[in-house]
Amino acid sequence: MKYSPTEALARLIGRIARMGQKYGVEWWILVAGAVIILGVILMAVFAGAIAPYNPSDQNTGPQLAPPSADHLMGTDNLQRDVFSRIIFGARTILGVAILAAIISSITGITIGLISGYNGGAFDRLLSLIMDSVYSFPGLILAIAFAAMLEPGIISITFAVAVIYIPTYFRLVRGQTLTIKEELYVEAAKAIGAPGITILWKYIFPNVIATTAVVFTMNVGDAIMIEAALTYLGLGLPPSVIDWGMDLAMGKKFLPSGQWWLITFPGAMISLLAVGFTMLGEGLSEILNPRLLER
Amino acid sequence: MKNLLRYIIARTFLTIPMVFILLSIVFVVIRVMPGDPVSAMLGGHAPEKVIEQKKEELGLNKPLIVQYGSYLWQICRLDLGNSMIFKQRVIDTIGDKLPATIELTFFGMLITLLVGVPLGAYAADKRRSTQDYSIRLYGIVIYCIPVYWLGLMLQMIFGIWLDIFPIAGRTGARVFVAGFDKTGLYILDTILAGDFAALWDVLIHLVLPSVTLGLTLSGIFIRLTRANMLDVLKSDYILAAEARGIRHHRVVYKHAIMNAFVPILTMMGLQVALLMAGAVLTETTFSWPGMGRLLLERIYLRDYPTIQGVIVIFALIVAAVSLVVDIIYALVDPRVRY
Repeated sequence: MKYSPTEALARLIGRIARMGQKYGVEWWILVAGAVIILGVILMAVFAGAIAPYNPSDQNTGPQLAPPSADHLMGTDNLQRDVFSRIIFGARTILGVAILAAIISSITGITIGLISGYNGGAFDRLLSLIMDSVYSFPGLILAIAFAAMLEPGIISITFAVAVIYIPTYFRLVRGQTLTIKEELYVEAAKAIGAPGITILWKYIFPNVIATTAVVFTMNVGDAIMIEAALTYLGLGLPPSVIDWGMDLAMGKKFLPSGQWWLITFPGAMISLLAVGFTMLGEGLSEILNPRLLER
Repeated sequence: MKNLLRYIIARTFLTIPMVFILLSIVFVVIRVMPGDPVSAMLGGHAPEKVIEQKKEELGLNKPLIVQYGSYLWQICRLDLGNSMIFKQRVIDTIGDKLPATIELTFFGMLITLLVGVPLGAYAADKRRSTQDYSIRLYGIVIYCIPVYWLGLMLQMIFGIWLDIFPIAGRTGARVFVAGFDKTGLYILDTILAGDFAALWDVLIHLVLPSVTLGLTLSGIFIRLTRANMLDVLKSDYILAAEARGIRHHRVVYKHAIMNAFVPILTMMGLQVALLMAGAVLTETTFSWPGMGRLLLERIYLRDYPTIQGVIVIFALIVAAVSLVVDIIYALVDPRVRY
């Protein structure tokens, strides 16, 4: 059956509302987070169509003008439109954060599975290393990496990705240790299944639910770290459009009262982070409901 | 008792490999990463001979293993080298800046506890009410607000529009106390010197930065306190207290909180890492002359020995706090033993 777009939308909303009845307030938190994230993603994807000006264009209007009809969020000291910079900035921050989270999760999960399954001295050594990195302030480690590498998308993505690998490692390794004692794993070994098959068919699927939640929190955190790095002037060259860098630049004009330069980039970072956190919280509640909490 | 002692010794020994690993990671990141510090320092076009000479001087010519060995040996003697740019020992520079960071993080943590714990207790008391959900929402939002943006916003509102608090530095331009170098902790120094005008000035300068740092972390403590309080409030002794007629307010905010406090204490230790990260960002925003700003300054100047030294100190602090937290936890919870 084919539905018209409006009909399809109405059905979707109905579906969502019914799930809300089933899961309660946590579902709505998840939905709210998803809506925010979707909104920003759409903004990033269709940036070219939405933005009124070219974000790098240095002659769009008066210098340091407050928000007006022409420039919804004002202009900066190089006469660039802030609103357009916000829209295009979404691409950078989302791109880096999601890419870093993907790299981080794949690496961490793989190492965690292998290490947890094989055990032995290698596993103990790796756990010690991961625990040490995990306890170290992530931002400072990221600053160290970003400072030593040439500014660029690859460097900052690497810096952000590295600090989350221990999180995935610890999570996956812990679950692997439990699952590998199960009877069906022993049975699989008895009929001669190779380690890789066991990992892929039995252990990995059990691990996916919790890692999905951690992934969303990871992206939220990665957004904060990326913005913090660029705010400090590390990681990305000035030619890239980024909210953190706009904050750093706008900071200089605070004493003279040009509030729009810092308010909007910071609000966007917060909004995006809140979106991912709500998505993560809602997901975590639904997948592992805290039955004891009344 | 013997079990506890054995645990403490075992745990202390475990710190050594952990510190070793952290130091190695720092070494790898600083020395092994691509990019040549010497040519960066001398400008891109220095002649080959000058670069070689400088490398020789700084010992960067030796094989990596030798450099690694001398690096570890130096740290054991607490010698963090000399700054590449200024004529100062790294240890001395850090010694100058560390008290500022300690003051900032101390008051930041104080604010976190003062805001987070009562709000968490209140939310637990009124669970599933509008107040509960709003407090939890506040917790999520305040954590997601970048600490430097909160700092800038507070600077804007309270420093510039309302002009109540200063927005930079630890003291005003014309304030000077004779004994400023005694401990480096200005609060103590001004009290010891009896200069209360200076003390007021120092306190005023502390307000915005510590509130910024403190509020950001309060969200975590709200959630933690709330979760612990929910458990505690279900216990029998709380029911007994209520049945005995103790006023509800006292039951919640005195008896229940005291019992929920131990996990909060250990959480405080784990938050030191976040505090340090937040301090770096807060110090750059408020021009606070502490370790965080030192780190960034020297990164811009490419002063690698200082950068390395600061990160080493951070690593040592993390290892020490982690050890202390684990020991406190073992002291309190008899189930934790090796």
